[in-house]
Amino acid sequence: MSLNANALVDEAGSTDPIGDGPQVSTGRGRLVLKRFLRNRAATIGLVIVVLMFLSAFVGPDIDQWKYTDIDFENFQTPPSGAHWFGTTQTGQDMFALCMRGLQKSLIIGLVGGVLTTAFAALVGACAGYYGRWADRILSWFIDLFLVLPSFLMLSILSPWFRGKTWMILIPLLAAFAWMITARIVRAQAMSLKNREFVSAARFMGVPGWRIILRHILPNIASLLIIDAVLNVAATILGEVNLSFFGFGVQAPDVSLGTLIDTGQQDIGSYQWLLVFPMACLVVLLLAVNMIGDGLRDALDPNAQGAKSKVRRPKAERRDSTPVLTEPVTVEVD
Amino acid sequence: MAAYLLRRMINYLFLVIIAASVTYLLAAWIFHPENNWLARHPQPSWSVIHAELKARNEDETLTPIWTRYANWVNGLLHGNMGIEIGGNSVAQDMGRRIGVSTRLLALSTVIGSIGGVVVGVWGAVRQYKLFDRVSTGASLLIFAMPVFTLAILLQMFATWFNNATGTHFLYYVNEVSNPNQPFWTWSDLVDRFEHLILPTLSVSLGSVAYFSRYQRATMLDIMGSDFLRTARAKGLTKNRAIFKHGARTAIIPVATLLSYNAVLLFTGAVFTEVIFTWHGMGEWFISSIGQNDVNSVAAVGIFTSILVLVAGLISEVITVTLDPRVRV
Repeated sequence: MSLNANALVDEAGSTDPIGDGPQVSTGRGRLVLKRFLRNRAATIGLVIVVLMFLSAFVGPDIDQWKYTDIDFENFQTPPSGAHWFGTTQTGQDMFALCMRGLQKSLIIGLVGGVLTTAFAALVGACAGYYGRWADRILSWFIDLFLVLPSFLMLSILSPWFRGKTWMILIPLLAAFAWMITARIVRAQAMSLKNREFVSAARFMGVPGWRIILRHILPNIASLLIIDAVLNVAATILGEVNLSFFGFGVQAPDVSLGTLIDTGQQDIGSYQWLLVFPMACLVVLLLAVNMIGDGLRDALDPNAQGAKSKVRRPKAERRDSTPVLTEPVTVEVD
Repeated sequence: MAAYLLRRMINYLFLVIIAASVTYLLAAWIFHPENNWLARHPQPSWSVIHAELKARNEDETLTPIWTRYANWVNGLLHGNMGIEIGGNSVAQDMGRRIGVSTRLLALSTVIGSIGGVVVGVWGAVRQYKLFDRVSTGASLLIFAMPVFTLAILLQMFATWFNNATGTHFLYYVNEVSNPNQPFWTWSDLVDRFEHLILPTLSVSLGSVAYFSRYQRATMLDIMGSDFLRTARAKGLTKNRAIFKHGARTAIIPVATLLSYNAVLLFTGAVFTEVIFTWHGMGEWFISSIGQNDVNSVAAVGIFTSILVLVAGLISEVITVTLDPRVRV
């Protein structure tokens, strides 16, 4: 793994001039974390997601209203001390409803996004590495699922899963979202498998699945991590999209999608019905995407923004960079 | 090259036929069209219901699903797409709606893909400069908005804009002001353009953001590459090296995304059509699901299949043009 070794050298060089002190043992995880925290937007994103987790799962216990409660004295009242986000037409507490929706979005997004990327990475890497018939069959499935529009398929399926738990949305959303990542991974794996370090491993008798897990996937780790974060956002969007048309989460349960759908019907007069769920959704997705962007910078040893303020002389830096950045996409023979 | 394209197209055609069939079979398996008659007051007798369902090839209690599928395929081969729940011909309705969606999607595809590639490449070239920061921020914001959120915000903006300026420049409902106005006159075109602005933005902004992110990432990978340094070393100017050698290679992996973005765009169009009350395929799809209308949903499935086929062809042509390796 050239990426790992060089990243270590890079950091060791900038913090420990002697080079062979205890600093050398700095793990890649620590290094990435350090770079990540140096990125202000990404750190803010992480803080927001953590805060949203807390408010979504602890908030309902602090709030005196449950999302099913009806306050018969307050119908469609604006935000106040008793109802932080106002109330709906039927007197439900908007804050409790939003947090209920946020819980779903968080769980669906995190589980679904990781599930999607893991599945995509395995399928794509197998297709790219094994080639031949494995590639043909897997690529055919990738192509088939790509021409099946996720939203349309899940909408058609919606009458079938209507009575069931909303958890079923997670595998369903993942089942229709893995293809593009898989395709990119496949292309990368195809060009990686002819590289020297993969050939070396193969000639040493390392089995194929091990090469995929130890050599192919770590080499495209940054792409996978960025993709996983993007998939978290995509899964959240997928659920909200379905729920907006009433195909996802069903009443009496709520999701941010159903809340926005009801909110937009009174767009002029009762803004809090629209603004709060919309803000929850947009801020959550924004934070997730900011984390993804920060991770990209943290994982890419060349990213200028990820470097520490201590700069080595220019010539030295030039020397150490090229090894890290051999392009994997272009190798014209 | 022609052989390569032909092979890819046959592959796509095959996939698209399967996709349309899957759409039909799923709908036929899951939907219960008889509910439309069972919910009526007074409830019609079962013999009436069976007759109605039989006319639509949707009688799930009497006809097995494979027989219905065979009937549907047979009808398609004879140019007959069946009858809607409401009694109209599916083909007639599709003919009316397909134009609406195509007008919306064609423009959005062009703006979305070209805009995304340009913004992405430029953002990578000027990494961490002003343009990059602004475009990154904007695309992160757009990413964080589902199409319906964007559409609702655009509508709110249009209301505010029209009130503030006292004009009706930005329309946010329907495709034309007067459905009976004559086609292809100057005022008709201007009117259509004014109605197009907001829906096109609402459909295409998402794909500009989406492509620019991927394009920026692939372009950044290329920016540090050896062959680009070689290009500079042999005396090319920075811009020439970046655009002739860098961008050209960086677009190839993104070009494959272009084709499948058609599916994504159509999903966006579903929301946009419903919110902006355009009577296109997307709006039809949503109302058909509500009515358990198998034939109409299958027609939408056919439409998206054609979209994918066309987009796939375009993306293959781009790949073949840019990547000499596949031309062998």
